[in-house]
Amino acid sequence: MNKSQLIEALAKAENITLKKAEMVVNAVFENMAEALVQQERIEIRGFGSFKVKFYNGYKGRNPKTGDLIKVDGKKLPFFKVGKEMRERVDR
Amino acid sequence: MSLTKDKLITRLQTQAGLEKQESRQIVERVLEIMKDTLAEGDDLLISGFGRFSVRQKKARRGRNPQTKEALTLGPRKVLVFKASGVLRQRLNQQ
Repeated sequence: MNKSQLIEALAKAENITLKKAEMVVNAVFENMAEALVQQERIEIRGFGSFKVKFYNGYKGRNPKTGDLIKVDGKKLPFFKVGKEMRERVDR
Repeated sequence: MSLTKDKLITRLQTQAGLEKQESRQIVERVLEIMKDTLAEGDDLLISGFGRFSVRQKKARRGRNPQTKEALTLGPRKVLVFKASGVLRQRLNQQ
């Protein structure tokens, strides 16, 4: 399922216009993305939680050419699946 | 301070001009659709945010770290998330 299909499913289930469903779905993910940009944790009970982890930079080598390269540190969001959801996908 | 479902509902209420009750119902419904989709084993791709996918893990020999007893972990399905390039870029700006 992609975002458009999620929007369509929401519009149908809630009997609201596609435009409204689109605005809401976009707002949900924009709020979540912005929280992560602000280093804020996200905790959605019954689904899971997100937090931003920092990975240190390191010096590596290009395996093909053997050139020394510097890999910068980076932030990556990390998702931890909630208990309810973990059990549901494995059923 | 973390972003919880309640906060999401309140923010959406202001941003989308919804009644509290309606905002709650819609947010719950979005989550329900997401969860039902994934529970069926279907992936969920949200452009600009990331992809949730269900991965099949093979059975493996494990060990109870406390008792050091060997045990077999059965095959299982797990939910994983990969952030989209757009989100990763936003996180690493400045």
